[in-house]
Amino acid sequence: MSRIVEVRGLRYAWEDGTEALRGVDFDLEAGQTVALLGANGSGKTTFALHLNGLLKASAGSIQIDTLVLNDKSLPVIRRKVGLVFQDSDNQLFMPTVLEDVAFAPLTAGLTSAQATEKAMAALRQVDMEAKAHKAPWHLSSGEKKRVAIAGILASDPSLLVLDEPTTFLDPPGQRSLAALLADLPQAKILITHDMTFARALTKEAVFFQEGKIAARGPLDEVITRFDWY
Amino acid sequence: MRHTRLELWSRGTTFAHRRHPAAKIAVALTFLVCIATLQPSGWRIGVLYFVALTSMAFAARLPVPRLHLAAAVVLPFAGVFALISFLAGTPEKGLAMMVRAWLSAFTTVLLMATTSQPDLLAGLESLHAPRFLVQVMQFLYRYLLVLLEEAGAMRAAAASRAGKLRAREFRRAAAAAGVLFARSWGRAQAIHRAMTARGFDGHIPRFRSLRLTWPDAWFVALLATFAIVARLAIR
Repeated sequence: MSRIVEVRGLRYAWEDGTEALRGVDFDLEAGQTVALLGANGSGKTTFALHLNGLLKASAGSIQIDTLVLNDKSLPVIRRKVGLVFQDSDNQLFMPTVLEDVAFAPLTAGLTSAQATEKAMAALRQVDMEAKAHKAPWHLSSGEKKRVAIAGILASDPSLLVLDEPTTFLDPPGQRSLAALLADLPQAKILITHDMTFARALTKEAVFFQEGKIAARGPLDEVITRFDWY
Repeated sequence: MRHTRLELWSRGTTFAHRRHPAAKIAVALTFLVCIATLQPSGWRIGVLYFVALTSMAFAARLPVPRLHLAAAVVLPFAGVFALISFLAGTPEKGLAMMVRAWLSAFTTVLLMATTSQPDLLAGLESLHAPRFLVQVMQFLYRYLLVLLEEAGAMRAAAASRAGKLRAREFRRAAAAAGVLFARSWGRAQAIHRAMTARGFDGHIPRFRSLRLTWPDAWFVALLATFAIVARLAIR
C-alpha cells in the first residue's frame, strides 16, 4: 500500500496569534479511510485546509502522493486532494450542474468535450447524471452534496476530505451518502461529529484536541476513551 | 443559493439568447449611447426605442411587464434629479431624464435577461475589456447573491422574534447592516476558498466555446444601424 498523505510537525497560528495546530504528525495510506473527531475549534478543519494548500503552515511539511506541498506543486496537489465543504451552497457556483462539475477539468486545461466526458462520468458515479442540465440551486441538499462530490471526483483525486458531510442531510440522505462514499476507492478523511456515519465508513479514528492529535486508533476505542458519543 | 430572475430568464434558447454575447453587448452599447444623447424634444425616438426594445423582449419570449418593472428600479434615483429640473422650471428636461434613465435600464435588463452571467463576462473578455475588471464583475455578482441570501436569512431571523417588521424598525435594521456585511464577508471567504480548492486561478473557464457567426454579424449590423439612423433621422 502506498502512502498518500504524510504530514510532519504541522503548525499553524491565526493572525491574532492563536495556535490552531501545534505540531501535527499524520499519515494515510492509499484507499484508507479515517475519521477526524474532536471538539469544535480543536483544529480538524484547519488541518484539512492545509492538505489542499488553502492555508500555509507556519512550520512543518506536507507530502501528498510523493509530492511535497509547495507553490510549484500546488496546482497538482489541488487536483489530488478533493475538499468537500460542509455547506454545498458555497461549493456550487456555476449555472448548471454539468458546468459546475466540469469546472476543475476545464481549469486544468481540458477541452470542453473532454471536460464534459469527465463531468458526466463523475455524475454517473454519484448517480446524478439525470440532473446534469439542472441548476444547482434547484436540487435537494442530498443532491447538492452528491454534485459537490462529483465536482471533486472530476479531478481524479487520490484523497477525499469531507468536512461534516452529513450537515443538512436527512437520515435517508445520510445513509445514501455513506453508501456512495463506501463505493469510492479513494482514501478518505471524514471530519464528523456523526458517529453512526463514521462507523458506516471506517473503523479508524484520529482525535484532535487543542490543535494536536491526542489519539489515533480503532474508532470505538477512541469514542470510548474521549466519551465521544 | 438563490439566483436572480434575470439569471433564470437568461437560460432561454431563442434567437436573441443564442447570439454571441459580444454582439449583444455591442448592440446594447449602441442603444445606450443613442439613448443617452436623446434631447428633450426627441420623445418620438424614445417611443420608437421603447417599441423596438419591447419587441425584442417579446421575441426573446421574456415576461415583458416584469422586465419593464425591473427597469423601473432606476426611477427613484433619476426622479430626484428630474424633480430638481421641475423645480428649476425645465420640466421637459426632467421628463427626458426619466425617459433616458428608464430606457437605459431597460436596455441593460434586456441584455442581462438574454445573456447568462458567464457568457456576459466572456463577451466582455472577447471585446478585450480589462481582465481585472471582468474578474471584479464576476465576484461582485456572486457576492451580491451572497449578500441577498444573508440579508434574507437575517430578516427571517429578526421577523421570527419580532413578528412583522414595520417601517419604524428600519433604524434597528440599519444597525444590523454591519452584522450583515460581516456575515457576508465570512460566506464570501468560504465561497472563494471552495473555488480555490478546485483550482480557481482567477479565471472562470467557459464551458462552451463562443464563436461569432454570420447571424451575429447581421444582428449587430441591423440593430445598431436602426438605433443610429433613428437617432439621427428623427428630430
